[in-house]
Amino acid sequence: MGNVLVLAEHRQGDLRDITFEMLAIAPALAKDLGGEVNVLLLGSGVEAMAEKIAGYGVKVLVVDDPLFEHFNADKYQKALSSLIDAYKPSLVMIGQTAQGVDFAPALAVEKNLPYVADVIGLAVEGGTLKATRQLYSGKVNAQIAFKPADTYLVTVRESAFEAPEPSAAGSVEKIESPLKEDLDYRMFVEYIEAEVGDVDITQSEILVGIGRGLKEDKNMPVIEELAGVIKADLCGSRAAVDAGWLPHDRQVGTSGKSVKPKLYIALGISGAFQHVAGIKGAKTIVAVNKDPEAPIFAVADYAIVDDMFKIVPKLAEKLKELKG
Amino acid sequence: MKTFVCIKYVPDTSEAEVKVNADGTSVDSSRFSFDINDADNYAVEEAVQIQEKHGGTVTVLSIGPKESEVMIRMAMAKGCDNAIRVEDGRIASFDPLMVAKVLAAAIKGQEFDLVLTGCMAADDGQMATGVALAEELGVPHAAMVKKVEILDGKVRAHRELEGGLLEVVELTLPAVLTIQTGINEPRYAPIRGIRAAQKKELKVVNLDDLGLPASEVDAGASKIVLEKLYIPEVVSSAEFIEGEPEEKAEKLASILVKGGLV
Repeated sequence: MGNVLVLAEHRQGDLRDITFEMLAIAPALAKDLGGEVNVLLLGSGVEAMAEKIAGYGVKVLVVDDPLFEHFNADKYQKALSSLIDAYKPSLVMIGQTAQGVDFAPALAVEKNLPYVADVIGLAVEGGTLKATRQLYSGKVNAQIAFKPADTYLVTVRESAFEAPEPSAAGSVEKIESPLKEDLDYRMFVEYIEAEVGDVDITQSEILVGIGRGLKEDKNMPVIEELAGVIKADLCGSRAAVDAGWLPHDRQVGTSGKSVKPKLYIALGISGAFQHVAGIKGAKTIVAVNKDPEAPIFAVADYAIVDDMFKIVPKLAEKLKELKG
Repeated sequence: MKTFVCIKYVPDTSEAEVKVNADGTSVDSSRFSFDINDADNYAVEEAVQIQEKHGGTVTVLSIGPKESEVMIRMAMAKGCDNAIRVEDGRIASFDPLMVAKVLAAAIKGQEFDLVLTGCMAADDGQMATGVALAEELGVPHAAMVKKVEILDGKVRAHRELEGGLLEVVELTLPAVLTIQTGINEPRYAPIRGIRAAQKKELKVVNLDDLGLPASEVDAGASKIVLEKLYIPEVVSSAEFIEGEPEEKAEKLASILVKGGLV
């Protein structure tokens, strides 16, 4: 009892970072809840992954079953549901990822669990579990308390916590697969790899990023002029790609690419966490946005609060002059 | 195909200052402009495209105030056939599991093949309601869908994973899909459609009409308590460049050149 059950996340043979990020906070929570940390790994042929996780000083419960070769939301839900009954953890932690959001809310409904999504903070205060999450794209934080229950469920935001270093040797325990047969109502078909474009922005030295602030496609020439002067490649936020201003392979962020230029100039990008996660590797970040509250300023090195269209043309002109 | 599309009326806070009210658990929304949630707008377009291709009807379902009828009428102007608006102050609307229960109550008892929702609300950002709704309805689902193909008795959905990878899954119908932005190009409502929408049926119901006891979806039923909202302290180490726009641009240019950044 009092245990924290962390769901390991992996895809195409690799453990995903969120697995370890959750281990940054799980031990303290387990201590406060009066238990230990168990990591659940569902997969097929995952011995090496199990060993790697055990290196973080935790007990890894492994279901090694060909039925779990690919992620399947319904299989994961069934597995968690039956393992919650068997192990009665006090807290279940899942990533707020494309996998996690595809079944955690359904699991909460099925098992009648108190559930908070996309948490960026989690602690036990005076015997009550409390979560912190964001609203309005990060402009407001909410503190949410869980009503007393046997098991609580959270999904944890990616990159909200820094993964710890491997510590003591833990243990690996193989457990029986909770799944007896394949499902006939949700079938995995295939993965389709992201399209490859003309420019690989993950290799760009200088990037100019555009966001919703561009307003219209016809404003692109202003941006292209600046990019031309400093030999930058263009990229953008989800909003810019959804609007059709840029092809998908130029999208930066969790559902796009992670970039690591020496200079990133963010124009009219608010800086939603999904985008910011993709520019962590940038050495210098310049942000121009007319909203002084824009979260992009929290990660910027140089900031201009103004209308990008008043800044960009003049910036291009001046840079042209200085660079000769 | 009989499709329900669930949409939400949300404030645009992208360039607005957000203030927490004195009660500490709500924000002052008096100066916000509201419209359809971005992802829901794509869900409406997808529903209408499915109807154009496969026939059938599309019903708009929304929980929200009277003012949100502007948004609902706009969805009908684009081709949705009718609408249900649920309004009831007793719903614990901060808890997506309670919201899902209300939506399910509005759908249950009616035939449907597909329920579409946006995958994320721009205000709460929980990405939970659609998937919880599928469980309430007892049907398969897929979240964050970037492409929908209707097959015989099944739907093939392309889910958007991290890094632009797509996961293709097949679900038996009926099913719930939560739609990701960028799946299509939402149309503008045609003038003729806007006129026609005024005559389409828009039913307004409360929990009693749905036969759903308030005690199952109110703050008492919710297993979580919203204790407080607060404005996070933004720790910025950025050097803010001040002055008139022209000065700012010049200063930035010289910083970039002198720093060897360009």
